[in-house]
Amino acid sequence: MAQAAAVAKKPAPPRRRRGSATPRRLPYLLIAPAALLMVGFIAYPVISVFYYSLQNYNPTKPWRNGFAGFDNFVHAFTEDPLFWDTLVFSAKWVVVEVGLQLLFGLALALIVNQTFVGRALGRALVFSPWAVSGVLTSAIWVLLYNSQTGITRYLADMGIGAYGTSWLSDTSTVFSAAVVADLWRGVPFFAILILADLQSVSKDLYEAAEVDGASRIQQFFHITLPHLKDAIILSTLLRAVWEFNNVDLLYTLTGGGPAGETTTLPLYIANTSVDAHNFGYASALTTVAFVILLFCSIVYLRLSKFGGDNK
Amino acid sequence: MTTNAVEKTRPVAPAPAAEEPPQRPKKAQRAWDEVPRWQIYLPLGIYLVFTLIPFYWILLFSLRPAGSTSLVPWPITFDHFEKVWTERSFGTYFENSVYVGIATLVMTTLVALAGGYALARFDFKIKRGFMLALLCSQFVPGALLLVPLFQIFAELQMINSLGSVIIAETVFQLPLSMILLSNFIKNVPYSLEEAAWVDGCNRFKAFVVVVLPLLRPGLIAVGSFAFVHSWNHFLFALMFLSNQEKQTIPVGLNTLLSADSVDLGALAAGGIIAAVPVVIVFAFIQKWLITGFSAGAVKG
Repeated sequence: MAQAAAVAKKPAPPRRRRGSATPRRLPYLLIAPAALLMVGFIAYPVISVFYYSLQNYNPTKPWRNGFAGFDNFVHAFTEDPLFWDTLVFSAKWVVVEVGLQLLFGLALALIVNQTFVGRALGRALVFSPWAVSGVLTSAIWVLLYNSQTGITRYLADMGIGAYGTSWLSDTSTVFSAAVVADLWRGVPFFAILILADLQSVSKDLYEAAEVDGASRIQQFFHITLPHLKDAIILSTLLRAVWEFNNVDLLYTLTGGGPAGETTTLPLYIANTSVDAHNFGYASALTTVAFVILLFCSIVYLRLSKFGGDNK
Repeated sequence: MTTNAVEKTRPVAPAPAAEEPPQRPKKAQRAWDEVPRWQIYLPLGIYLVFTLIPFYWILLFSLRPAGSTSLVPWPITFDHFEKVWTERSFGTYFENSVYVGIATLVMTTLVALAGGYALARFDFKIKRGFMLALLCSQFVPGALLLVPLFQIFAELQMINSLGSVIIAETVFQLPLSMILLSNFIKNVPYSLEEAAWVDGCNRFKAFVVVVLPLLRPGLIAVGSFAFVHSWNHFLFALMFLSNQEKQTIPVGLNTLLSADSVDLGALAAGGIIAAVPVVIVFAFIQKWLITGFSAGAVKG
């Protein structure tokens, strides 16, 4: 009995080299293509960004090129108000987007997890914007927000609002307008991930809670939410990084405008390197963005106790 | 209170209530069945309005004649589609996008399958480091690597060739695809493979015959993500392909969007063309998506 227990506790590790069937080099051969691609097209570019961040490098002003030390960083932190503005806007954008996407995504997932007539169709329709690209989202919402032909015209016909309103070119409405457009496509991401995780909640728990007289709200907070915790932490983190980095939507929807009102840090970096050719400075900004992302992610994982207690 | 009473009596009653057809009796969702219908249909309906109006709007603009302000696309015209497909070269863009999408799908799946198998089935020295690198790569923004990537592809003489976009898309798809597939492979019992070896298969054949068929949901998830992402993604194509003949659909859409006076009908028709393949893929993978995620999810 004791022996059996010991065996059960420590089963023979199955993933071992296994005589002739497995040459020792096999795992390395298998990961080689992926590793080579990632070294060549992720690691090397990252290292070159770090390198250039310490250089003055601008192909259009070659006479100034050369080692710059930390000048680029000093310039960003002390002399460049745009850096701070875009950083603050990025933070605002990420927090608002991820927060709202999580909220609506969670609610939607809980709804379409119910059994009801028309569920399959409901799920398909609710999830459908998930696969729509940033550029296409922009195209759609440009049509909707257009002052002549957009939704505001028809609202004005019904007596709501004024004719000729363009939410994208007014600094007081552009943020909300962009947030709504990105929500439209971002909510399904959370809904899909959370719905997937809801599939693995044991039904017995709910039945037990039911027997104990727990209300549905209590069940949600004591069973569902703890179960979803790790999935929520991971998906919010991935989404936050993604929302921070992704420039497709804002680039095509507002172009960072009006008056730089919706320029995120990555958008600013892209403009600095692509339009202004100031690649040394753009690399320094990129490095700062990396460090901020990494730092925030570690803090977030620590504070949220990812993978902790409740398993 | 009343719902509880109903709940407790129901297991006793042999026949389910008439208004609740026994849809999937084996998946006992009793506790959650008690939600009043309006609490489902009302919020769902409101959200569907928000989801569907934008789709309707673009469809409307693509089908109604230019200058019309009718809210119904009648009389229907396909002029915008013809114009976009030929004059605005969406026909060429479409071909390029399909090529990039399928090549990315194949490359991502094959490379991720090999790597995922190694991660699932072997212990090797650099495994932990490799896993860490995969996770860290998620923090690397592709958009911020545009310039060094451009330099690399210029070195390789690949600017203006679709190969550059295919490689770049594949590389950024790989980490998550590999992790997802390795989780799927872990879920396939190793003993199945061992049994095949005993029957005389070599490792590769055993994998193809025994493991691969069981990975179908994972392969569908990874492959369709790779396709949809490369179909949708815009910055790499914008940067690496300056020749108009080589550009892809999102770049074409951006050209329409950034024109001084936007041709709304053409933009809408271009958008519909961009959406069609994705919608087809989506309809096809829908039922695999949820299972794919829940089986391959990172376990906390």
